Amino acid sequence: MRYLILMAGVLAAGFGLSSPYQIQLLTFIGINSLLALGLNMLMGYAGQISLGHAAFFGLGAYVTGVLTAHFHWSPWLALPVAILLTAAAAFLIALPLLELSGFYLGMGTLGFGMIGYVVFRQWSSLTGGDSGLVGIPSLELGPLSFADAKNYLFLVWAVALLCIFLCDRLIHSRIGRALRAIHDSERAASSMGIDTGRLKVHIFVLSAVMAAIAGFLYAHLVSFISPGSFDFLVSIRIVTMVVIGGMASVWGALLGASVMTILPETLTVFTEYEMIVYGLIMITIMIVIPQGLFRGILDIYERARFRTGSIPAGPQA
Amino acid sequence: MQEFLQYIFSGITNGAVYAVIALGFSMLYGSTGLINFAQGEFVMIGALSLISLWKGVNLPLPLAFAGAVAITAIAGAMLERFAIRSVKKPHPIVLVIITVGASILLRGVGMLVWGKDSHGSPSFSDHAPYDILGATLLPQSLWILVLTLGVVLGLHIFHKRFLTGRAMLACAISTKAAGIVGIPTEKMVLLAFSMSAAMGGIGGVLIAPLSMSSFDMGMNLGLKGFCAAMIGGLGSSWGAVVGGLLLGVLEALGVGFLSSGLKDAAAFVLLLLILYFRPSGLLGTASVQRF
Repeated sequence: MRYLILMAGVLAAGFGLSSPYQIQLLTFIGINSLLALGLNMLMGYAGQISLGHAAFFGLGAYVTGVLTAHFHWSPWLALPVAILLTAAAAFLIALPLLELSGFYLGMGTLGFGMIGYVVFRQWSSLTGGDSGLVGIPSLELGPLSFADAKNYLFLVWAVALLCIFLCDRLIHSRIGRALRAIHDSERAASSMGIDTGRLKVHIFVLSAVMAAIAGFLYAHLVSFISPGSFDFLVSIRIVTMVVIGGMASVWGALLGASVMTILPETLTVFTEYEMIVYGLIMITIMIVIPQGLFRGILDIYERARFRTGSIPAGPQA
Repeated sequence: MQEFLQYIFSGITNGAVYAVIALGFSMLYGSTGLINFAQGEFVMIGALSLISLWKGVNLPLPLAFAGAVAITAIAGAMLERFAIRSVKKPHPIVLVIITVGASILLRGVGMLVWGKDSHGSPSFSDHAPYDILGATLLPQSLWILVLTLGVVLGLHIFHKRFLTGRAMLACAISTKAAGIVGIPTEKMVLLAFSMSAAMGGIGGVLIAPLSMSSFDMGMNLGLKGFCAAMIGGLGSSWGAVVGGLLLGVLEALGVGFLSSGLKDAAAFVLLLLILYFRPSGLLGTASVQRF
């Protein structure tokens, strides 16, 4: 049901919006939702942090970018290669890293993210270095051209919705319960017979693959990529989307991605004060509603309903 | 040989600055268990304040130095008082995001105050460079080394000899137990924040004459200092020094003999290797013995 509402919303927005700027903003929200959703699976459900997700996002974008722009592959052939390469990289990184936990895992992924950024910058024969990679073709599927902004919007959101649906199913499956057990206590989970190590690696790879798909969609949307789009701040922004939206919630990831995409755009009216306002908003949200906007707004709504007396007093979430 | 020595000198100089920044990270982690992602921004504030006070207001160098460090210490105290302490349920990720928000905020403030241009600063003293076995050693490098050593020794003495320092150690071992014996734990956290910010400020003051300073310099230096702290072992002051120097020297050698583009990757490759083989860092011990 919720999917139908969201789908209807996207369709309505897609046909209703006419300004190219708004359509592009909505497309970016879709891409960011994919990123946030992937990381949310890792952070919210498995309780592992990654401060290097921009590297997977970048890997997806650069693999498809290099294959299509330099070697003139079809994007649809480049996509599986991008996914496989990212999955392999994530797998190799995950094996030793997921032995670590807490801050150490955060730092390890941060290190990986920075190395990815340096590679994108320095391997200039392939990636174009600092000046970026140009000439990434737009997507086409038979007669359907995704060079049209509206078609691309629908494509991105179709992928995003599919991923939301799959993640939602995954969370409510046996694997999802096992993940939440790891989140609460890894030791208890493993004593219940959950192969925590393997599951953590799997979810890490899944989350990286979703970032790679987002990277693929991003590269073919903007047709020009440069290392600046995949630096440390981007990794931090993805983490912020997850935390601000609310961890362990598929819909929170969507909300967080929307807020973090729209916020910087609206803040440009503050010109010089933009960064100050942005920082203040991040700090304030974390102090006032550390459970994230999604849960936070629900709580405020529940409290308001309680005050007006329409529901009997119950335990607060 | 001469070339090698030159790289070592420049590596040690940069490494000493990394060490001071790392010390800030390490100290704060030791006493509060927190990683402050705004640490690099304190370096920026320290460097730019020094330039303003010394060259802009024409204060004598020692006063400008003290002023710049005091400004960063106050900034650190405000971060703790107004942002960190207001958090009701201090989940690590929430605190990390708050410090990230603070770092964006401080960068914005830095841009407003000092503009988008880079600012340079002369060396602390105008001696001629020393010539050692054909390699040049800048007097500024000596200043940096001496002051770094001073900071580490000062911190060591503070923790070992002073009541406040020992109280802070007690908080690090167990906040609850420290509170029970009458140590004002909240004040200790506040003090730890301003001291750690002050160390970032000192790092900024030291690096100001070495390179141009601008409002966006903090990110990179903060990450380097952080790597150094991890390499040495978070929470260990001597570890921070060893980590900083090691990182500085390896970076300089990497630039000299491999490629300058890989300079920034070196720190993180080293970080990953340390994490794989010795997650507690080179000098890190069990979590009980933190300083």
